[in-house]
Amino acid sequence: MGDPALSRRGFLAATAAAGLGMTALSGCGSGSDGGSSSSGKVTVEWWNISTTQPTKNVWAGLARKFEAQNPHVKLKIVQLENDAYKSKMTALIASGKLPDIFHTWGGGVLKQQVDAGLVEDLTDATKPWADGMLSVAKQPYLIDQKLYGIPFDIGMIGFWYNKALFKKAGISEPPTTWSGFLDAVQKLKTAGITPLALAGKESWTGMYYWAYLAMRTAGLDALQKADDDKDFTGSGFVQAGQHLKDLVALQPFQKGFLGAAYSAPTGQAAAVGNGKAAMELMGQWAPVVEADAGKGLGSDLGFFPFPAVEGGKGAITEVFGGGGGHALRKGAPKEAVDFLKFFASETTDLVLVEKTNTLPVVPGAEKALSDPNTKAVQAQLKAATGFQLYLDQAYAPAVGQQINDSVAGLIAGSKSPADVTQAVTKTAKEEQ
Amino acid sequence: MTSTYLPGTRSGPEAAPPPLPAAGRARRWRRLLHWLTAMSFQLPALALFGVLVLLPILFALYASFFRWGGFGMPSDYTGTDNFTRLFQDDVFLGDLWRCLLLVVLSLALQLPFALAMAVLLNQRIRGRAVYRMLFFAPYVLSEAITGVLFGMIFAPDDGLADHLLSDIGLGVLGGKWFSDPSTVMATLFLVMTWKYFGFHMMLYLAGLQSIPAELTEAATVDGASPWQRFRHVTLPLLAPTLRISVFLSVIGSIQLFDLVWVVTAGGPDHHSETMAVTMFQYGFKRYQVGYASAISVAMFAISLVFALAYQRFVLRRDLEGATTNMRGDGA
Repeated sequence: MGDPALSRRGFLAATAAAGLGMTALSGCGSGSDGGSSSSGKVTVEWWNISTTQPTKNVWAGLARKFEAQNPHVKLKIVQLENDAYKSKMTALIASGKLPDIFHTWGGGVLKQQVDAGLVEDLTDATKPWADGMLSVAKQPYLIDQKLYGIPFDIGMIGFWYNKALFKKAGISEPPTTWSGFLDAVQKLKTAGITPLALAGKESWTGMYYWAYLAMRTAGLDALQKADDDKDFTGSGFVQAGQHLKDLVALQPFQKGFLGAAYSAPTGQAAAVGNGKAAMELMGQWAPVVEADAGKGLGSDLGFFPFPAVEGGKGAITEVFGGGGGHALRKGAPKEAVDFLKFFASETTDLVLVEKTNTLPVVPGAEKALSDPNTKAVQAQLKAATGFQLYLDQAYAPAVGQQINDSVAGLIAGSKSPADVTQAVTKTAKEEQ
Repeated sequence: MTSTYLPGTRSGPEAAPPPLPAAGRARRWRRLLHWLTAMSFQLPALALFGVLVLLPILFALYASFFRWGGFGMPSDYTGTDNFTRLFQDDVFLGDLWRCLLLVVLSLALQLPFALAMAVLLNQRIRGRAVYRMLFFAPYVLSEAITGVLFGMIFAPDDGLADHLLSDIGLGVLGGKWFSDPSTVMATLFLVMTWKYFGFHMMLYLAGLQSIPAELTEAATVDGASPWQRFRHVTLPLLAPTLRISVFLSVIGSIQLFDLVWVVTAGGPDHHSETMAVTMFQYGFKRYQVGYASAISVAMFAISLVFALAYQRFVLRRDLEGATTNMRGDGA
């Protein structure tokens, strides 16, 4: 291309490359053939998003253990970071060929994959053993009474806070109401402490605030109904946006949060893990990522549920969360089911709970909980009076993304609370 | 391509003198064989080009008229709805504006800077090979690595840039870089310039070295000042290189994706989003592949119109005589 005498064909190629766009990108699917090779050894491809330590090593160890128990099976592990995984999966879905075992969050995305006929129905294949698992953990993978995924983790979003910094700001108890929360933010600011860390570059982190506020003001039923009716303009949703706007007006986030990533060394988790910000609204995995991206807070780290909003329809005991699970591609070898069974066994779950900070999905594994924070989360989950799956998983992908996007605009100050509800409604109607 | 060859067939059987029909047939046969040989060399390339380039373009065009989630074949025909929506979409209109901004900035600042460096490094100065290599090195780095690197350098407060600035007492110049809507494009352009000016500088250097020294010497003898020598001798002779460099720069700005995706993912709040990023968001995050295809078709159209117009009006002189024909070297 550096040749000054660029020919006509060179031009056509250059311009054509510009328009390639979609199709070229979607063409980069992997050739996951799986199945058995001539030597009788079955290769099972396993895609997961456990890229951080210690989970990465623990999972690799479990895979070796499974291979030792099943000498004819070879597990091929492919690990991708969260966002990269989602993008890659989209490309694979377009090609119609999924990995044998793949990570799923359940909900609307899994339903789309099921509707496209790409996912194996596990209801019968897992009958004897899957019944014993925690039913709340299986909830996201149940579509029309059929089970399409096996959970390995269940969790919820809440505030992770730095006890030492709270003490320094003179906050004795974690707030239980929204006004109390705003007070705490104000106190932290007065004490010269950054109250909250947020990864503005990754819009799902901001969505948690809006989702919880919508649960607290409009209520769980309204979130379900809004999706069914394709109408998010109810007053409860506008109020949720207003409450979030009140928070943003206090300028509670770290400097440059609009460009911050979540798990990068200068990101949201590191800001809390290094004691630079007092709180983050994040899932049960937060302590692990804080310690991986930053130093980690050790015993200074605490957890409290998202506060109730005065006059709202929701209760503080209703949790927003989801889990992690594995689904199988349609026609995956039966060894893949064996692996799911192995991975959901009490022995494995004990290892996962003990070493990777996940929450038990098998009742017998609860005894392995030792970390007080994980216990607190588990207690919240057990006592939950309602459950809402992550919005970007519960709703159609476009609706989930629109919520993320609009809420990011609200936090950046370019959108009003009513703009958010209108934009989401518009997208939901388009998806009909 | 064959058109330059075909006129030769006018001297076919009718025109050939009757006593030599065998020679005519032999010539025709040879020409056919020649044509077949040429085709057999082109077929694999043509087939690949068709399957990997033409077909996807046509399919994207087809898909852009449907509401399609990417599963199975498109079936929900919506006419030109996707395109109507496109031109009412604030984000896409913003993409067009940002694309224009990058093109203007590149042409007004980046390329002149590259030219200045090229002219400078074309002088006989000590260690010029080292400088050339240093300035070209960023171009060799992949976009993704550049993105991660500058994401860290420009991290507010913690990044190298802010540390350096505060160390030399210019802390006030430090700021939010990529993380503020008002500074993100400027920062992005800074990184793009760092990354790409070396490439354009190399193009210009190559161009400068093909200018015979006698011409500038003659101008000097005639009493031309250094500026006059540059303006009236060097610049006109460098024009073909400049025209190519402008073309590459504009096409690069239209297609910009990886750097933006890695550093900001289009944020904050869409303020650094490009057409390709928007396309990716809709295609791979929202599964609205029909709409994403419409964006890719718009990108294609913009690139194509620009390329054809540029070729027709600007590059015509450079291309004359550059295209090859089959007789080129006496087949």
